[in-house]
Amino acid sequence: MSALFPWTPAASPLAGKVDVLLGALTALTGVVAVTIIALIIVFCLRYRHNTKADRTRAPADQRHRATRRIELAWTIIPLLLFLGVFVWAADLYYQQHAPPPDAQQVFIVAKQWMWKVQHADGRREIDQLHVPRGYPIKLVMTSQDVIHSFFVPAFRAKQDVLPGRYTTLWFTAERAGRFHLFCTEYCGTDHARMIGEIVVMEPEEYTRWLASGPAQQTLAARGERLFRTLGCSGCHGASATVHAPPLESLYGRPVALATGRTVIADELYIRDSILIPTKDVAAGYSPIMPSFAGQVSEEQILALIAYIESLRDSRGSQP
Amino acid sequence: MNTIAAPLLPPSERADSYLSAGYSVRSWLLTHDHKRIAILFAVSITLLFFVGGTAAALIRLELLTPAGDLFSAETYNKLFTLHGVIMVWFFLIPSIPATLGNFLIPLMIGARDLAFPRLNLLSWYLYIAGAVVTLGALIAGGVDTGWTFYTPFSTLFSNTYVIAAVTGVFIVGFSSILTGLNIIVTVHELRAPGMTWFRLPLFVWAIYATSVILVLATPVLAMTLSLMAFERIFRIGIFDPQLGGDPLLFQHLFWFYSHPAVYIMVLPGMGVVSEIITCFARKRIFGYRMMAYAILAIAVIGFLVWGHHMFVSGQSVYAGMVFSVLSYLVAIPSAIKVFNWTATLYKGSIHFEAPMLYTLGFVGLFMLGGLSGLFVAALALDVHLTDTYFVIAHFHYIMVGGTVLAYLGGIHYWWPKITGRLYSDAWARFAAILIFAGFNLTFFPQYLLGVAGMPRRYHEYPPEFQVLHVLSSAGASVLALGFLLPPIYLLWSLRRGEHATANPWNASGLEWRTSSPPPEENFKEIPVVTGPPYDYSPREGDSMFGDAMDESEASTSRP
Repeated sequence: MSALFPWTPAASPLAGKVDVLLGALTALTGVVAVTIIALIIVFCLRYRHNTKADRTRAPADQRHRATRRIELAWTIIPLLLFLGVFVWAADLYYQQHAPPPDAQQVFIVAKQWMWKVQHADGRREIDQLHVPRGYPIKLVMTSQDVIHSFFVPAFRAKQDVLPGRYTTLWFTAERAGRFHLFCTEYCGTDHARMIGEIVVMEPEEYTRWLASGPAQQTLAARGERLFRTLGCSGCHGASATVHAPPLESLYGRPVALATGRTVIADELYIRDSILIPTKDVAAGYSPIMPSFAGQVSEEQILALIAYIESLRDSRGSQP
Repeated sequence: MNTIAAPLLPPSERADSYLSAGYSVRSWLLTHDHKRIAILFAVSITLLFFVGGTAAALIRLELLTPAGDLFSAETYNKLFTLHGVIMVWFFLIPSIPATLGNFLIPLMIGARDLAFPRLNLLSWYLYIAGAVVTLGALIAGGVDTGWTFYTPFSTLFSNTYVIAAVTGVFIVGFSSILTGLNIIVTVHELRAPGMTWFRLPLFVWAIYATSVILVLATPVLAMTLSLMAFERIFRIGIFDPQLGGDPLLFQHLFWFYSHPAVYIMVLPGMGVVSEIITCFARKRIFGYRMMAYAILAIAVIGFLVWGHHMFVSGQSVYAGMVFSVLSYLVAIPSAIKVFNWTATLYKGSIHFEAPMLYTLGFVGLFMLGGLSGLFVAALALDVHLTDTYFVIAHFHYIMVGGTVLAYLGGIHYWWPKITGRLYSDAWARFAAILIFAGFNLTFFPQYLLGVAGMPRRYHEYPPEFQVLHVLSSAGASVLALGFLLPPIYLLWSLRRGEHATANPWNASGLEWRTSSPPPEENFKEIPVVTGPPYDYSPREGDSMFGDAMDESEASTSRP
């Protein structure tokens, strides 16, 4: 990083693509800006009121045919260029929102004014996120209070983090190192201190880092224990007598609702089903589940989601 | 060169002006004269501009060093909120429409006043009431939400005077609506004989389009702020998910107003610049009709692009794409305007008095601001750039480089008409250059800061950003000096400046067909319009000051 311009080189493949677009647009707008400014300067010098320049046949009348052609040209050419830029940027934006299916999932809970990180293996961090180089990482994020925004300039990646829903952001770090993490949605007094770092490690180093932490349960195992202590298993368990939907192979599948709609059982669906059970009732079941709003923290909900997700393949196994 | 016989008044009748119609405080505070109300607005918004500017200066002072050493985080947050709220609602939005628009619309269309003179005065009182309430809240306790009042921070988490500040903004919204309404009716109903729609000066088109936006968009702001107050006071769940609300709903409603508000701020500037550039190039504006259509297109499409503020907010990817393509569409008429201003200079006979310098500054800075808009409209790039200093630089290029320069250009251009006095052109040119240089030094480094990833609304920051922040703060001090000059030499001109003739710039347009300052009823006789606007023809060595030469005093007043 130079002292004059603290530009961080791209640290992910998508960031590299964003930089190419940035460069192309800078070149395009630079040419336009220089041309217009040069024209203004030339006209101002040449047609100063006291110069002897030829001022006849100035295209002033809008009904003039040449004038019309000029106007048409400078409407249509920019329009085509703009549409080109739009398509390029929109395609890239789509890629920014399409994590590969094998991406490793990490949960983020934002709160005034810190980032809480939960790895699938149970490791927790605050204001730091360790990731292995070369593996796609998908962050599933929510906020405990106000809106925050997760911004890593080196990845050219940013996503607002909202209370009451999950947003995702994904990246593949291709350079080892430490990179800034900023909160970029104003969130109150210590907004400027809601910063952290992304630590990108070589895969083997990352494995050592994981192993060096305190021995603990995986996130899914923590969820499984919560599932029992909160009494969920009483109804949703295998031996339950209550008529409640089974949760095995629920995650990521379509669910038919009592209203006739079908929704995908994603993180938000599971979250809402725990906190607002009457919102989306599965077809064939009566709305008898009590709400757990106020009884479970954001982290506990994430553990429960991780547990339910782990049921997708075989009960109790890790994702 | 004029299509209308100019009813020039001899200097002896100058005493008979709207300024000499009364000298008591009462004659100002209860006036129904649009020209006096314009001056009431001008004085008020100038005061608030300097309040907001002081906050900006303090912000730049804090950002000289990476550590938050001058103010606490809380004070810093209150400062940028004050800066934003004051500058947006109490300076930029009323700036040109309520002052130059108020003063000039009846003069330009050949009317004796706005359609509803008393409503016009009410607009000013509402503005003052709103300003007192908001300024009271901002100074007594402060508000730390930012001018955007994002929920749920503003409704359930901030412990500051949010409701009071919002109430002031709510009140000033009605001032905007009434001004807009007044101008719409005036332009429709009170045009002089022969003043057809396509004979209207582009300034009138611009203020007219702005007024339509004011009337349609401002009520949405009032509703949004009311809903916010309901949630904050009565805990009704509208925006906060804890209460069953949706935080993105606030952003949609807020930007549905606040994006068109950007055009409320910049369209009038485009109008001013169109008047000045054609006069000082002594050439009819290039593509008059296209310019008028471009103004209308901006006003209409401007209503459909609000979601481009929300590309990383969690709105759907496809909604983002629609808002992005519409944003590129709205850029087209803006681009056309820049091309047309440039083409107007071609084969002109260009003079460089102060209004023209401000105008050329506007064209350059507005263009750079507009081009940087192409970056933030590009979805994948906006992901990186949004909520960084790039966005700060982008909208300051439009709002300050654009609107403020146009406002100053307009004030300098019509100053002789408004006050009947001539200011020192040398000082005015010096100020214009100082402002232009100071502005670029302040805000260009902020583009680079944004690209490097410096987030906005940070009162402390990582040390690698310091060099650019120091450059920006240095520029801000030059800019501040530049902004302090015009009030000094303009006020000086009120006492010591030469008397102005009716038409010191040898300009076309009805406002120059009456004395400077105009009589209370604007025109002794309502003029009849027989031709299109901007009847200029460039000639080599053409003098701008043709009919000013008739009067001996004018010849000595020019440098």
